[in-house]
Amino acid sequence: MLSAILTLAILAGIFGLLLGFAAIKFKVEGDPLVDNIDKLLPQTQCGQCGFPGCRPYATAIASDEADINLCPPGGDTTIIALADLLGREAKALDSEKNAAPPEPMIALIDENSCIGCTLCIQACPVDAIIGAAKQMHSVFDKECTGCELCLPPCPVDCISMVAIEQNITTWKWPDPAKRITESVS
Amino acid sequence: MSPLWSFPGGIHPPMHKEESTRSPIVKLPLPERLILPLHQHIGAPSTPDVNLGDQVLKGQRIAHADGYVSVALHAPTSGTITDIGEYPIPHPSGLSDLCIILSPDGQEKWISRETKDDYLFMDASHLRNRVRDAGIVGLGGAGFPAFIKLNPGPRNVIETLIINGIECEPYISCDDMLMRERTANIVSGVKIIAHAVQARQSIIAIEDNKPEAYQAMLEATANEPDLSVVQCPTIYPQGSEKQLIYVVTGKEVPSDGLPLNVGVVVHNVGTAAAIYSAIAKAEPLISRIVTVTGDAIRKPQNLEVLIGTPIRSLLDFCDAQTQIDQLIMGGPMMGFTIHTPLASVLKTTNCILATTYNSLPEKNMEMPCIRCGACADACPIKLLPQQLYWYARAKDFEKIQDYNLFDCIECGCCAYVCPSNIPLVHYYRYAKTEIWSKEREQQKADIARQRHDFRAERLAKEKAEKAARHKRKRNELKEKSDPSKKETLIKNGAKSKKKAAILEAMERVQAKKEAHKTEPKNTVNLTEEQQRKIDQINKKRETRKNNED
Amino acid sequence: MLTPKHSSPYKYASNSVTSVMMWVVLALLPVIGVQTYIFGWGVVVNVLFTVAVALGVEGLMLAMRKRPIFPFLSDGSVVITAILLGLALPPLAPWWLMVVGISFAVIFAKHLYGGLGYNPFNPAMVAYAMLLVSFPLEMTMWFPPHELNNNPLNLIETITVIFTGQLPGQLSLDSLSMATPLDSLKTELGLDKSISQITTGNPLFGWFGGAGWEWVSFAALAGGCGLIYKKIISWHIPIAVIGSITLLSGVFYLIDAEQYASPLFHIFSGATLLGAFFIATDPVTASTTPVGRLIYGAGIGLLTYVIRTWGGYPDAIAFAVLLMNISAPTIDYYTRPRIFGYGDKK
Ligand code: SF4
Ligand code: SF4
Repeated sequence: MLSAILTLAILAGIFGLLLGFAAIKFKVEGDPLVDNIDKLLPQTQCGQCGFPGCRPYATAIASDEADINLCPPGGDTTIIALADLLGREAKALDSEKNAAPPEPMIALIDENSCIGCTLCIQACPVDAIIGAAKQMHSVFDKECTGCELCLPPCPVDCISMVAIEQNITTWKWPDPAKRITESVS
Repeated sequence: MSPLWSFPGGIHPPMHKEESTRSPIVKLPLPERLILPLHQHIGAPSTPDVNLGDQVLKGQRIAHADGYVSVALHAPTSGTITDIGEYPIPHPSGLSDLCIILSPDGQEKWISRETKDDYLFMDASHLRNRVRDAGIVGLGGAGFPAFIKLNPGPRNVIETLIINGIECEPYISCDDMLMRERTANIVSGVKIIAHAVQARQSIIAIEDNKPEAYQAMLEATANEPDLSVVQCPTIYPQGSEKQLIYVVTGKEVPSDGLPLNVGVVVHNVGTAAAIYSAIAKAEPLISRIVTVTGDAIRKPQNLEVLIGTPIRSLLDFCDAQTQIDQLIMGGPMMGFTIHTPLASVLKTTNCILATTYNSLPEKNMEMPCIRCGACADACPIKLLPQQLYWYARAKDFEKIQDYNLFDCIECGCCAYVCPSNIPLVHYYRYAKTEIWSKEREQQKADIARQRHDFRAERLAKEKAEKAARHKRKRNELKEKSDPSKKETLIKNGAKSKKKAAILEAMERVQAKKEAHKTEPKNTVNLTEEQQRKIDQINKKRETRKNNED
Repeated sequence: MLTPKHSSPYKYASNSVTSVMMWVVLALLPVIGVQTYIFGWGVVVNVLFTVAVALGVEGLMLAMRKRPIFPFLSDGSVVITAILLGLALPPLAPWWLMVVGISFAVIFAKHLYGGLGYNPFNPAMVAYAMLLVSFPLEMTMWFPPHELNNNPLNLIETITVIFTGQLPGQLSLDSLSMATPLDSLKTELGLDKSISQITTGNPLFGWFGGAGWEWVSFAALAGGCGLIYKKIISWHIPIAVIGSITLLSGVFYLIDAEQYASPLFHIFSGATLLGAFFIATDPVTASTTPVGRLIYGAGIGLLTYVIRTWGGYPDAIAFAVLLMNISAPTIDYYTRPRIFGYGDKK
């Protein structure tokens, strides 16, 4: 009995030492945590989390200054992914918005009303709006992240959000599991 | 003949081929209009060459290939282009896509052609180009541009050319009828392909449920030493490329490889016949054989149909019942539901299956997986469909790739045998499109991150520049207000005084200019695409202005 | 957006969970028949009673979990669980024992894990093990095969015993009961007797297995072969179970025939064959890859032999099956078949 306890204790000691050594030896330089968090964020750059972009929010999460449930565009999916990465508890989204990640949208400028004031260009976090002063502006749809930051500055309210249209290459097969639960209930 | 091999798994569904093979192939009369989608093949969509109102001749090219993996599109008959726009196409999504609409004039006037019969002496690259220009894709179903498979590349030696006459899907009989009726065309086509890829031997593989076709091919190749015909025991999915290669040669095509890697090229019998027409008669791919069958069709048969013919015309010609519960393009194992009969026949359409629930009943309620393993036994790829299903349901898209989701050929054997009625393949399709879309999203996010970083950098730079400018100006002002300096200036006489005044004025102008410089920075350094877009928009605005004037 | 109501394949083989399960039930009929013939009416009463209770409890659970009742009740899985448990219980087991057992199987071992397809353990065996541990006395009250039984009970008497505990005349349960062959072998080996001493002249032992149990085993063998022939189960698991028991017991038998029973004895007494063909092959809880099934079956055989020979319980199929159930996912993971197109990698 005693010998068994002793053996176990010694084994535990050895493993503990090994782990401690490994932690020192293989310590990763730099702060890849911020990168890893940033990778999980949707890169909408909308600032709805209260930080001026995805990376600042990632930095804040990494240094424990912000919670993981502040990103509405990412919704539950992002929260769960972050919780997984950081080994924290997933929690409900801290926002009035719906927790399901919203359908992806892009901004569309009504060409007839645009007065070419360039205010939206200055607001866009990813430079996805093109146009020059006094000329009509246009959203470059491939690069628009749907952050809605260009909506408030527009003096004539000519920007609206539209759902990204599906085509045969972006079309997705619907989730068959959904069909069952629907038919059952 | 070498012995045949057999691949793992597979099933034996009832075939229902007799119904549509009782009468010979009939040519469908000219429909009122043809709907020609620009994206009928694997690869990039073709780009239209014609404009609204153009008159075109039969066989005239109306869209050209866009890039290497793409093919051209030709007018199936002579007539007028009445529209280029979005129309419903046959696709599981039921979405629309860009189509060219052609109203036939009934003349069937061909574009001038030069026929060739010395094709077996032509240069391989010349053959390939002709096949590419004829818009030929694999007619077996996938629609891969055929000319690419005529190009083995300089380093690959093609041991065996396999001509796929298996047609293992139930109901479909277009290849069967083609082999029976157009045997000579197929044989000539095979010789052309064999010549182009320099194949050592050519083997035409036919399932043993098509004895007439086998007999016909056997007779036609009696005097061809390099060309043999083999009969394979019927089993689904033998017609799938990698499975067929294994059956005929015993070689396994590597998961991430091509048949070329094992010295094999596979073409479908229909493709062989189309290649013959393209090379010898200079006829591009403008029609194909389509099986119209199913228990909602009163006169099931095979039709020769122009590409772009609305499916409605086929149904009417074959006297379809009004009650059609399922309208399927392709066979019952791998086909898909067509949402509207207004969609048209594509280059890849081998069968239109119109059934009622009597013959293809709706699936019973989906039960939980009981892990019986029947699906794994039936899978020709030896995947574990029950695990794939499990992870697709759990939306664990990483694990599911661990279990080789992307090796699944969607043959449907697993779902066919599953006692729990689970639509397994639907789960795999869902998972695949979900993964692709995640990848696209990730790419978009990466681009957004880059652009955001870029902008942040730009803003920082601008700010720094501004600060520097301010500092300079402040310094200058200070200098000017420095009395000792002014004195020296005055001392230097009127000439230099004047000069100083000019300088000062110029500086003021410059500063003013700088301060007013509101022109957005993102109109410089534009990419080509962006520039094009701006130009387009400006043009649009111009025209609108003109119209208003 | 239009959602396709259907996607291919549109054609299905005409099998269903129900038909699979019904074949298994059909294959179990000979076992029920023979066991009834040998051990008396109690067997049929057990089986019918457990099936009835099981259907009731299953219906209740489905209703509580808001699942469609008819499709799941008619899938037949619960019937098999009930039959297996009924066969495993002693023929005159009191009714409450059966109710406790089958309810435990259906509620705890099946539905609390998510119902059909989600239970990691074979429900019948979970219940059996639970009963054996909690009610050892009632669970070991077996009866001698009919040729040794001086007081065979008729149907009415059997039902009375099961439901009221009242035995006709002067009989008592103790006087009726007799140890199973495996049981008595174990006890007597413990008393330092040699095998030949134990078996010769003891009517509990038949030609090579346990008396009467030989016939039950033959019935199980016949039913099992039928299932393999109909492709309802694959041959891997039964062959592996039987193979590994034969091999192990053979080796020890050769080493010392007086201490270790022969392979034939091991296979033809107790629930070995019933377990090999009907319990170990329960698809939900078994391994699903071909190689995995062999390992899984061999594991059951090995554990059965080890527990029987050196462990505390005379028959060990239930524990062996449960232990291998836990390992099934791991076995599956490491025995994934070589996928077409991967050469010798993977
Ligand atoms: S055939 Fe169906 S029930 Fe059986 S293991 Fe496969 S998915 Fe599960
Ligand atoms: S559909 Fe995929 S998983 Fe199912 S049998 Fe075919 S290849 Fe295997």
